[in-house]
Amino acid sequence: MEKRAVFRSRWLPWALLAPQVAIIAVFFFWPAGQALLQSLQQSDAFGTSVDWVGLDNFRALLADQRYLASFKVTAVFSILVAAVGLSLSLALAVFAERIVRGTVIYRVLLIWPYAVAPAVAGVLWLFLFAPSVGIVSYGLKAIGFSWNHLLDSDHAMALVVIAAVWKKISYNFLLFVAGLQSIPKSLIEAAAIDGAGPWRRFWTIQFPLLSPTTFFLLVINIVYAFFETFAIIDASTQGGPGSDTAILVYKVYYDGFKAMDLGGSAAQSVVMMAIVVVLTIIQFRFIEKKVNY
Amino acid sequence: MKIRFALSAAGLLSLAALPAHAQIEIQLWHSLIAVNNEWVNDLARDFNASQSTYKVVPTYKGSYDETLPAAVAAFRAGTAPHILQVYEVGTATMMASKGVAVPVGQVMKSAGIPFDPAVYIPAVASYYTAPNGQMLSLPFNSSTTVFYYNRDAFRAAGLDPNKGPATWPEVALAAAKLKASGHKCPYTTAWQGWTQLESFSAWHNIEYASQRNGLGGMDARLLLNSPLHLRHIENLANMAKQGLFVYKGRGNVPEAAFVSGECAMITTSSGFLGTVRKNAKFAHAVAPLPYYPDVHGAPQNTVIGGASLWVISGKKQAEYKGVAEFFKYISNPEVQAASHKRTGYLPVTTVAYELTEKSGFYKDNPGSEVAVTQMVRKVTDKSRGIRLGNYPQIRNIQDEELEQVWGGRKSPKEALDAIVQRGNELLEKFERANRR
Repeated sequence: MEKRAVFRSRWLPWALLAPQVAIIAVFFFWPAGQALLQSLQQSDAFGTSVDWVGLDNFRALLADQRYLASFKVTAVFSILVAAVGLSLSLALAVFAERIVRGTVIYRVLLIWPYAVAPAVAGVLWLFLFAPSVGIVSYGLKAIGFSWNHLLDSDHAMALVVIAAVWKKISYNFLLFVAGLQSIPKSLIEAAAIDGAGPWRRFWTIQFPLLSPTTFFLLVINIVYAFFETFAIIDASTQGGPGSDTAILVYKVYYDGFKAMDLGGSAAQSVVMMAIVVVLTIIQFRFIEKKVNY
Repeated sequence: MKIRFALSAAGLLSLAALPAHAQIEIQLWHSLIAVNNEWVNDLARDFNASQSTYKVVPTYKGSYDETLPAAVAAFRAGTAPHILQVYEVGTATMMASKGVAVPVGQVMKSAGIPFDPAVYIPAVASYYTAPNGQMLSLPFNSSTTVFYYNRDAFRAAGLDPNKGPATWPEVALAAAKLKASGHKCPYTTAWQGWTQLESFSAWHNIEYASQRNGLGGMDARLLLNSPLHLRHIENLANMAKQGLFVYKGRGNVPEAAFVSGECAMITTSSGFLGTVRKNAKFAHAVAPLPYYPDVHGAPQNTVIGGASLWVISGKKQAEYKGVAEFFKYISNPEVQAASHKRTGYLPVTTVAYELTEKSGFYKDNPGSEVAVTQMVRKVTDKSRGIRLGNYPQIRNIQDEELEQVWGGRKSPKEALDAIVQRGNELLEKFERANRR
């Protein structure tokens, strides 16, 4: 049977697409085009003089050791955010599924962080982990662990990962819960009757059947870690210590909005756009093959 | 008929007269918060009350490094304010952007108001003066770096609470005693680039950058990896290792650790005094910035921070006249002296300083004069001020590299060399972008 709907009219499909295309054009293609143009320009802060410099901005980026180091920071950060975020929220979702009483309360509580703005999340965790006054660092000190994200890179990375994961956990949780609910109960019951324990049932039935959700969330979380976390970084570590938490998007933000080097910043965002396109293609080509819809 | 004609004529006349009565609005964008926000609002209110032609409207546009990009965006869209407050770090950016600002002298001249740059304190005036001798912006709120200490903590540690440590060796000794008495954070610093590198250079009369620290032209390059700079950063690194100096973060973040009593000594802006007076629950004192006693020519003077007012181009002549009138009002010595007493910012003219002194303010408010006496001196080419392109980024580089020293991951020499090398790349870029 033909699954596709076939339009007889020539203009109707375009008319139906038009609103979506218009939105994408205004909010994606237009700014992306601007970024492309600006990445080829060099101008002073106020834009009174604009020079076409060809690929100079890109050449400067590639020659910059710290820009290349920022790739590594970004890779570590994104992998941590995606891995920790997904496994934690999956665990929470599985546990929430098993709860019999008060399900709604647990779910509502777990969804709350989603309503918090990234900058607020950054500041919130910054307060908790502030070396001298934060309650968490105080507790850590009490058990003999000296927390100092101002000078210790690993601590700083942990701080931004925690804040970023926490911010996204509700969203992941919500989708995992929905995914788990769509798995037919009969399958799980059949497995239980065959003598499979919860652990085995999870790995042989729930996890494989969740794979479309997991895959979707993987893409979303990587994109999130790449693009939406700059406010968290800015509010908590400002890329420090040194530049050990300065991920690519934070550099784009800093160079463009604080240092007002629009050409360099635009070149960086073009590079980031390319990375995300490549990453998404890889994900769809290779990982998607392992997904059972 | 005649009456009707007369009436309509009167009507027309009153219509024509209306625009003359409508006030001309002057937009002023600034970055002052809390106590200082009230101050700038009061300045505008008093000016508006003093005449009826112009109305100055101050608007808070975020922190210094947010206001400048906001103004850039507004300028590109043709909606820039008439007056823009720009922090000292952004001065080179403003100067290099040709056609964006109207020199303050020119604004005053075309309004027929006398303007003499010589009344300003030399270190202040020269900072905002272009290499061709033209003063480009109006000094507004200027501050400098000073040393604060907790007198109660000094007393508890067996130190003289009436005398702050004058030299760096004395700071280390005091810190050791404070630590021995149980203080976890004897000394910290805010604005590490400004206090430990910039002010340090001027205070010891050594070059920070070539071309008279950038005042001479855009081909200036950093020189802050000299033996004396190295000695100082090594000294601080050693203090950090022994727990005598505790790093508390970038910008003004460390100030909170002093106000809370956690840190007993801090180097930061003179503008911090108002906050200390208001919030510190202990006896405090201000001392001049420490120096190395064996360095010839130290102490010299410290460099300014704070901000100045820039007049943006492309406005109407009548509006510029209003800007000039407002500048005339806030340049009045009485107004300036009152501002100085109220905010803790420096008196920007010599007359205002003398007025304040005559009023006995410094006797009643010990500590206020420290910043002033550090500034009101004859300056040298090495201590006049530091004005470099891409400076917000260079300050950021200093933060990044110095953090690695305090964390023990880079030697002071490696860090200073890296600051110079990375900073010079930015200076070259700035020179290229603005040479046209």
